[in-house]
Amino acid sequence: MKLSVNGSQVDVAAAPDETLLWVLREKLKLTGTKFGCGMAQCGACTVHIDGKAARACQVRMAAVEGKKVTTIEGLLPDGNHPLQRAWIEEQVLQCGYCQSGQIMQAAALLRETPRPTKAQIVQHMNGNLCRCGTHGRIVRAIQRAAGGLGSSGCVAPCSKAVSPWPRNSRAATSSPARPA
Amino acid sequence: MATKLSRRHFLAGTAGLTLGFTVDLRLPRSARAQGGPLKANVWVTIAPDGTVTIVAPSVEMGQGSMTGMPVIVAEELDADWAKVKVVPAPMNRAYGNPGFGGLQVTGASRSTPGFWMPLRLAGAQARRVLLDAVAAEWKVPVAELTTEPHVVVHAPSARRIGYGDVTKFAKVPAQLPNVTAADLKKSDQFRLIGKSLPRVELPDKVMGRAKFGIDAEVPDMVIATVLRGPSQGDAPDRVDDGAAKQVPGVGAVVPLPWGVGVVGSGYEAVQKGKAALKVTWKKGKAAGYDSERVRGDYAGVAASLSKKGVVAHEQGNAPRALGTAARTFEAAYVSDHVYHATMEPMNAVARVTADTAEVWVPTQAPSINQLAVAGALKIPPEKVTIHPQLIGGGFGRRLENDFVLDAVMLSKAVGKPVKVIWAREEDVKHTKYRPLVAQYLRAGLDENGNLSAWHHRIVGASIYARFNPRLFEALKGADTPVIEGYELSYAVGNQLQEYLREERGLDVGLWRSVGPGYTKFAIESFVDEIARGQRIDPLQFRLRLLAHNPRAGAVIRRVADWAEWDRKRPAGRALGIAFSDTWRSYIASIAEVSLDKKTGVIRVHEVWSVVDPGVAIQPDNIVAQIEGATTFGVSAALRERVVIEDGVVKNSDFHDYPLLRMSEAPEINVRVVSTNNAPGGIGEVGLPPVAPAIGNAIFVLTGKRLRSLPMSPDRVMAALRT
Repeated sequence: MKLSVNGSQVDVAAAPDETLLWVLREKLKLTGTKFGCGMAQCGACTVHIDGKAARACQVRMAAVEGKKVTTIEGLLPDGNHPLQRAWIEEQVLQCGYCQSGQIMQAAALLRETPRPTKAQIVQHMNGNLCRCGTHGRIVRAIQRAAGGLGSSGCVAPCSKAVSPWPRNSRAATSSPARPA
Repeated sequence: MATKLSRRHFLAGTAGLTLGFTVDLRLPRSARAQGGPLKANVWVTIAPDGTVTIVAPSVEMGQGSMTGMPVIVAEELDADWAKVKVVPAPMNRAYGNPGFGGLQVTGASRSTPGFWMPLRLAGAQARRVLLDAVAAEWKVPVAELTTEPHVVVHAPSARRIGYGDVTKFAKVPAQLPNVTAADLKKSDQFRLIGKSLPRVELPDKVMGRAKFGIDAEVPDMVIATVLRGPSQGDAPDRVDDGAAKQVPGVGAVVPLPWGVGVVGSGYEAVQKGKAALKVTWKKGKAAGYDSERVRGDYAGVAASLSKKGVVAHEQGNAPRALGTAARTFEAAYVSDHVYHATMEPMNAVARVTADTAEVWVPTQAPSINQLAVAGALKIPPEKVTIHPQLIGGGFGRRLENDFVLDAVMLSKAVGKPVKVIWAREEDVKHTKYRPLVAQYLRAGLDENGNLSAWHHRIVGASIYARFNPRLFEALKGADTPVIEGYELSYAVGNQLQEYLREERGLDVGLWRSVGPGYTKFAIESFVDEIARGQRIDPLQFRLRLLAHNPRAGAVIRRVADWAEWDRKRPAGRALGIAFSDTWRSYIASIAEVSLDKKTGVIRVHEVWSVVDPGVAIQPDNIVAQIEGATTFGVSAALRERVVIEDGVVKNSDFHDYPLLRMSEAPEINVRVVSTNNAPGGIGEVGLPPVAPAIGNAIFVLTGKRLRSLPMSPDRVMAALRT
């Protein structure tokens, strides 16, 4: 079965009723796309099919024959997508398991809506679960990637050496209340 | 799990095994090679090019320990963080957590507290190895040497040498230098600690390159899944695998004591094979378990004062003080079973030969897995190697052995490496949930309105009786994870805290903030109720009862200022507050909440938390952990509930065990106050105050107390009707 994956033509031995998720993971060894629930409830398996976000666990191979599939590995091969940079600048993720799907979902949003409002972000991202609770940072990273935060989002310089504080959060040092 | 475990206790009882812990893979401590990398100790290796490799002992599961642990070493080594490479610890008792008696276990918020001093000493020791080598080479007293990041400096002769260059002549002495707390930096000398360094594993995760356990692969590996019975503990009786074996890609069907394994070429094939199995089951002890009935049973036990429990803590005479109190309060609380919902489903890869086993697994407990695998295969533990993998969410779920033993027993049966992957539904239905717990609290005020008596009864099934029976015995039945958080920080002279173990056949397990998720809900709701009952501001009441505890008072005052506790909120919104000091980290949280009185749906709009974790090693990561635990806590408080009827779990996936989504997540504000105290845990700290803060706000809005978790719409509506 022929399709384009991350810009390359591939010919993979797969039955029409196999799902894209497991063909990507098991046959094409693209394990950045994650299995989470198997019923489109969590979004961990989100990929792009002809530029649109789709849940790979629900897509049969018959439906992607001849189509262009993009996974997290192919979003930008050098990992330099504005979202990926913003994800690092905001130190978004914790366990990270859902985040390939989060980034792919967000990338589809920015392609259609380069400067989304917060409400648009929340609506678009609501189908992607994150058990670590990184929702606030995901919103900020998308805003940052969209240019919405600009330099004002950084309290400290936004270098890799110093991670910026989240907008609502601060660390402070007080005098010891009690010696160690 | 507040009680200190001795290693002997923990080991002796782990997974019910009585095997000794004999494996010893001590790293060579006196590698004398010159010109090559210098292995200063088991934690630090310095390459001639200056790259410093530091071992991260705790498994990374999102809590940031792969960064936060090595930072401690690098600080005392005086390393340049840009030249540090972090490697996860292999299976080796040298990397065991003293907080778990030297076992390689990650959980219970014990990584930072357990490793804080050992890692500081390790870093200081590695630095001393470098200093001694330079002193010998330059023939100067070691006392004249100092360090700047990655450089040894001899000020009297104005000489400097980089750490990498030191390796060209340095030898590691057979007897490593002895360092003590006196050799460590003072907190005002810290350059890395307190600076929020970017997490080391994050770029790989962002690019989809990071390999989680589920991505592990070994040559000739086959894929498997296991069908389990309708109820926990059911065993296969008759297995008809005719249709399953006809499914293309299915290679073998393997009955196991706890289920039926289907082995084949890929995940979808084995799932189809599993669906085609026809199995009858022998009922296990959870058959007939009914969570609604158990709620009622346990609540009844909690309120039956004639029934005595195991005393967790006693001071003064609470029953007598209650008898003479000028005013008394009482309240009962119940919390349902909840599910971990790690985003990465359970999985493991095992390669079993005649007398060895290797397992690649996202696990919180390599040491426990090792013993369990050895016991199951009847081979010595040292023949079992666990390769811990990156974890896609732990929350206590990955302290269990079930998914590990699936892979091991199937690999043994088919003679090939086997990767087991659980479907989501299998985990929802077959995990060990947080125990269903009923609590009963009563308190007495003396004639001056002072809290004089406190009686807290906690009823539920035991975790340790199954998970670690020897430890359970050593604790004399005071099951620490189940009752954790019962300790009362408030000044009350007469106290009695009891645990009443009740079993109804369902095995229960660990969770994120196991006990405090409900004990703090009860305590903090009850304290609030006592304050309001006297028309005292609950925040002021807490401060009064914590006058002896300045750290507690400080976080409460700060969060009150930040959230503007005294500012009136718009109509329909109210604030609630709660406090927790479990895991030696102090936190006070305020939630701003509204309620749709037509539907019973609670909305948490904003949460403010101030946390004093002692020395804040990675402040931004602490913020992230509190943000995450707050969201986890809101999700659990409002809706998470596993329902079991006639032994069968009614939930199956995220559509009927819905987690909080982005549109429902509150704005979360976190302030970290670093104090010069030994660091406490942090991964679970944000969770306990959430539910009581929400419930306390609902009381302000409605005058009704919500005493059941979750505070689901049906229960809210029922409370509004009372």
